[in-house]
Amino acid sequence: MMTQEGEIIITVQEVHKWYGDYHALKGVSMEVRKGEVIVIFGPSGSGKSTFIRTINRLEDHQRGKILVDGIELSHDVSHIEQIRMETGMVFQQFNLFPHLTVMQNIVLSPIQVRKWTKQKAEEIAMQLLERVGIPEQAYKFPGQLSGGQQQRVAIARALAMQPKIMLFDEPTSALDPEMIKEVLDVMVELAKSGMTMLVVTHEMGFARAVADRMFFFDEGQIVESGAPEEIFNDPKEERTKLFLSQILSH
Amino acid sequence: MTQTQSILPPLTERSGILRWLRKNLFGSWSDTFLTIFGALVIYWVVKGFLTWIFKVAEWNVISANLRLIMIGQYPLEQVGRLWIALGFLMFLSGNSLAIWARKSYIKTILLLAAPALLALLPFGDEPRKWLITLTVLGLIGWGTGRTRPEALARSVIFGWVLSLPVFILLTRGFTSENGIMPIVGTNLWGGLLLTFLLTVVGILFSFPLGVLLALGRRSELPVVRLASITYIELVRGVPLITILFMAQLMLPLFLPPNVTIDRVLRAMVGITLFSAAYLAENVRGGLQAIPKGQYEAAYALGLNGAQTMFLIILPQALRLIIPILVGQFIAVFKDTALVAIVGLLDLVGIGRSVLAQPKFLGLQREVYAFISLIYWVLSYGMSYLSQRLEEKLGVGKR
Repeated sequence: MMTQEGEIIITVQEVHKWYGDYHALKGVSMEVRKGEVIVIFGPSGSGKSTFIRTINRLEDHQRGKILVDGIELSHDVSHIEQIRMETGMVFQQFNLFPHLTVMQNIVLSPIQVRKWTKQKAEEIAMQLLERVGIPEQAYKFPGQLSGGQQQRVAIARALAMQPKIMLFDEPTSALDPEMIKEVLDVMVELAKSGMTMLVVTHEMGFARAVADRMFFFDEGQIVESGAPEEIFNDPKEERTKLFLSQILSH
Repeated sequence: MTQTQSILPPLTERSGILRWLRKNLFGSWSDTFLTIFGALVIYWVVKGFLTWIFKVAEWNVISANLRLIMIGQYPLEQVGRLWIALGFLMFLSGNSLAIWARKSYIKTILLLAAPALLALLPFGDEPRKWLITLTVLGLIGWGTGRTRPEALARSVIFGWVLSLPVFILLTRGFTSENGIMPIVGTNLWGGLLLTFLLTVVGILFSFPLGVLLALGRRSELPVVRLASITYIELVRGVPLITILFMAQLMLPLFLPPNVTIDRVLRAMVGITLFSAAYLAENVRGGLQAIPKGQYEAAYALGLNGAQTMFLIILPQALRLIIPILVGQFIAVFKDTALVAIVGLLDLVGIGRSVLAQPKFLGLQREVYAFISLIYWVLSYGMSYLSQRLEEKLGVGKR
């Protein structure tokens, strides 16, 4: 949507990651501009989740360089905390805190980390719950909600920190089919509002609708990247073609 | 009329009790035989037990020594202080029941009335007055709690935090011989009073220590981890009684002759250190049950390590292990009986000294039955409380 004009907010240069002997990321490079929506896809074990988790350092990288909002990710704890304040993350398994209500889940971090007052945090939480369409669930516990509702709470929780970047790690993969749409709707709205988003997903409809660029991962490398229409209509690489034919065939 | 009658099943089938009896106890010839045989066994046991309680047993050993069993040799003229301490606890209990158990009226009233009901037993005038005062204080606490539950909640929690220091201060006293609260040495503490204090101190201090040890065992710092593991495994490999012996008999050998540490304090420290090692392993079990995603979600939101542990992980882990924790607390309560072996006069110790009086020789059964009853009532009370707590905290769990 807004491709070349935005300033660069994420820079990833030649990043390598090993789990013991296993080489999970083999020199990945990427630049993301402010307001861009990036979709990352590929077969399981291709390193796409590992990659997105290196950006807020849930996984560390052993070689290469990652810059987020001008801050370099290293072992420096204060840098890591700064970056985590600016990046929200949504997980496949929601990972809501089951001992806290929906409201408490959302206000926890703004109060603890951003040092907002309880009142301010709760006002903003309520606005976010309205935005994701479930204000009436504010005082329930996560266990009392459906999967789709839980994932929408998780999105609201991440947004409450007012991040500059949102990372989505297969946000719809653990959902029942009838709940996928309600979560994707929220994500589409978020994309259109100008949020910078990195989304690991196989929802190709979502990619077609809002992605600015798509990256195909295989065996720890970016095999191919480009605008959605290029990827869908004219993929250059055999592996991309094969994978797309497999996930689009049914 | 005749029609409606014919629709109903035969009389025997209609009655719930009769049907139940027929189905479960007299279903076949072998069932009937077992039922009758079982009933006979129960009859003999119960009859023997009741005969012993009401005809054979000489309960005067209990009534004559009740004060010893309750508070040991605590000086008679200072007993009022203990009642005041109990009154404080009773008031707080009334408050708490009004705030956190608003709906269970009957249980609340039964609990608050318990001291007044005990006053019906032949205890003499002085204790009777105090017992009734306790109930009155409990009811006042309940009444004030009901008027402004939300506003009071914070101060009631504060009151509970203060309750142990207050209790110990009142028990021990703080002035000289002629002051208002002369110091009562721990050598005079005994009976249920001593058992109670050993238990409460043991639980309250071993809990945080156990949590710290559990966190230490999972620490990324090798020194901290190694120290925690060493401590836990060392203590868990030794029986409590040996720790108590070491504290009572060996410790003085290493100290200079003019330095003495209070014997009750030594027992408290021993019990605390012992229990902490077990608690640490229980807490570690709870911590391991928390999925990795919870840590990741907390970190991704920008929480630091300490915030993640104390706001997200520990609350969930501790909730998971409430039944195990309470089991551990009950074990601490019962294990305090071992201090009798190193010469302290707790419930069991005082029981033994009562039995050593020539007048009461050979009345072991009465004394130990009574002491067991006290242990059982209090253990069951703790167990019951934990079940309520689980139900209350279980809301919305997963």
